[in-house]
Amino acid sequence: MTSATFPEAATRSGRWHTLHWAITDSLVLTWRSLARIAREPETLMDVTVQPLMFVLLFAYVFGGAIGLPGGGSYHEYLIGGMFGMGVAGTAPGTAIALVADMSEGIIDRFRSLPMSRAAVLIGRTASDLLTQVIGTMVVAVAGLAIGWRIHNGPGDALVAFGLALLFGYALSWAGVCLGMVLRSVEAAQQLGFILFLPFMFISNAFVPTQGMPGWLQAVANWNPFSAIAAACRELFGNPNPSALVQAWPMQHPELAVLLWSGLLLAVFAPLAVRLYTTKAR
Amino acid sequence: MAEIPAIEAEALVKKFGSTVALSGLDLWVPRGGILGMLGPNGAGKTTAVRVLATLLRPDSGRARVLGADVVTQAAEVRRRIGLTGQYAALDSSLTGRANLVMIGRLSRLGRAEAGRRADELLDRFDLTGAAGRAVKTYSGGMRRRLDLAASLIGRPEVLFLDEPTTGLDPRSRAVMWDIIRDLATGGTTLLLTTQYLDEADRLASQIAVVDGGRMIAEGSPDELKAKAGKDRVSVVLAPGADTAAAVAVVSAHAAGPVAVGAGDRLTAQVPAHDGITTDLVRSLDLAGIRVTSIAVDRPSLDDVFLALTGHGVGEGAGQRRAAAGGHETGEQLAGWDKGEGVTPQGGEAA
Repeated sequence: MTSATFPEAATRSGRWHTLHWAITDSLVLTWRSLARIAREPETLMDVTVQPLMFVLLFAYVFGGAIGLPGGGSYHEYLIGGMFGMGVAGTAPGTAIALVADMSEGIIDRFRSLPMSRAAVLIGRTASDLLTQVIGTMVVAVAGLAIGWRIHNGPGDALVAFGLALLFGYALSWAGVCLGMVLRSVEAAQQLGFILFLPFMFISNAFVPTQGMPGWLQAVANWNPFSAIAAACRELFGNPNPSALVQAWPMQHPELAVLLWSGLLLAVFAPLAVRLYTTKAR
Repeated sequence: MAEIPAIEAEALVKKFGSTVALSGLDLWVPRGGILGMLGPNGAGKTTAVRVLATLLRPDSGRARVLGADVVTQAAEVRRRIGLTGQYAALDSSLTGRANLVMIGRLSRLGRAEAGRRADELLDRFDLTGAAGRAVKTYSGGMRRRLDLAASLIGRPEVLFLDEPTTGLDPRSRAVMWDIIRDLATGGTTLLLTTQYLDEADRLASQIAVVDGGRMIAEGSPDELKAKAGKDRVSVVLAPGADTAAAVAVVSAHAAGPVAVGAGDRLTAQVPAHDGITTDLVRSLDLAGIRVTSIAVDRPSLDDVFLALTGHGVGEGAGQRRAAAGGHETGEQLAGWDKGEGVTPQGGEAA
């Protein structure tokens, strides 16, 4: 009786058919993630409360003590770095959500369905992207409130937002891989925190790298978060002391963001799909 | 037989590191009916189900579901099966209805059809009232019913149920049993794993006893019990009845000596066949002997299991059940003792 329920599967086949279902399944699972957020809005804290807290903390607590090489407003400087945080903040959450899915058994359910294998991951990262849009909006509004402005016109600003979201999307695939490898939600939470904080802080996101010891400067200047912060500052026309740094990514921050994002996607997207399809088989 | 069987497995082997979960499992399940896969924890039941449902790739051996190979034609298999695992595989943050619609959509139903099917199943499983609530607020029994509903969204021809009633209270278990029977009546082939002997006894038309990753016996519940040996009859005489005459009557039916215990209770082994109880009652009545009660206990499946494996079903499963709660253990043990006893009230039997 069931074969009659799926006539299209039996007759129409091939690449287009597969793609059509992969997109449908991905949309269904994107909807699932968004429906979860709608029911549990507190899960958005990583892209709302967290960046907001850091904006206020750095603007008003640490900011007064931080001088910028080349001068300029620290408040305007800070926001470029905060965009990186606004988009990257979802990656630990992605790992946690996937570990939870695994332990809840719903991934087994998905695997036993005649659905696209990659859709679970595409749906998840797509909904991450939408929450990252919320994160960048929160940072932008907070920035406008503390004196940050866009000086270079809407075109450059859109490129900056686009680069930030591209990087955030690429990073959420790393989060997916982490979620596939870890066994417990607690491990994902702790590891996410342990990886996330040093990555954020050993960069120019909050303070110019010029004050760091030489070896740490090298690390910070090649940190993708420095590239995303520098690219945003350059495109928004905000103070960008990194322009004075000779390291290649600081001289070409937009290109560096593109390359980092491409690298992350090229490594982690296929790895995530591979981990997902082979896990426990 | 020309018909393609629902499930056929040949020499399935699956190892996890040094642990051998399946050590050459063979299985042949015709279409229709309920196959009860019975075995202790660690026997390989769950692994077998996961291999057949395409979640695990066997190390060696072959398995087909409705003629499609579970490894090379996994997509085809997935289109035609449903799986309900040991733990409700649902999104606990979403509502019951949202879960069903989502799984319906992923089972290739259109949006309208998925919604219609979700409502139909919610109604059928008595979940309509809770349809708009998050699954995390559901009781254990409701979750299992929703999980089963989710497995049925795509109208599977073969349904795998991995310990569908583990951890449920007796009432929820009875509800699940009714649903499972209804499904079988509707033509779905079910493979049900269980460590509850009474569950296999009540539901399954065929039982495969699995131990150490392979099948060690197969047959209908009665065939398996017959293998384990003789029934045991126990007659309690009414006050003033002639004990010696009663012993003579029971001896005529017994397969061995008749023991007389305290309170005028006679016990003896009798050949296992249907009608033994009525034969005994009739003979005792003819001899004018009044009895208070008479009971014939079939060997339980636990006896069967002991006879087949040299250890009880509970052994090796003890730790996990203890961790899951003593309530469950007690309930399960009660199930093992259930024979096919007949205990008429007072003198009615005489």
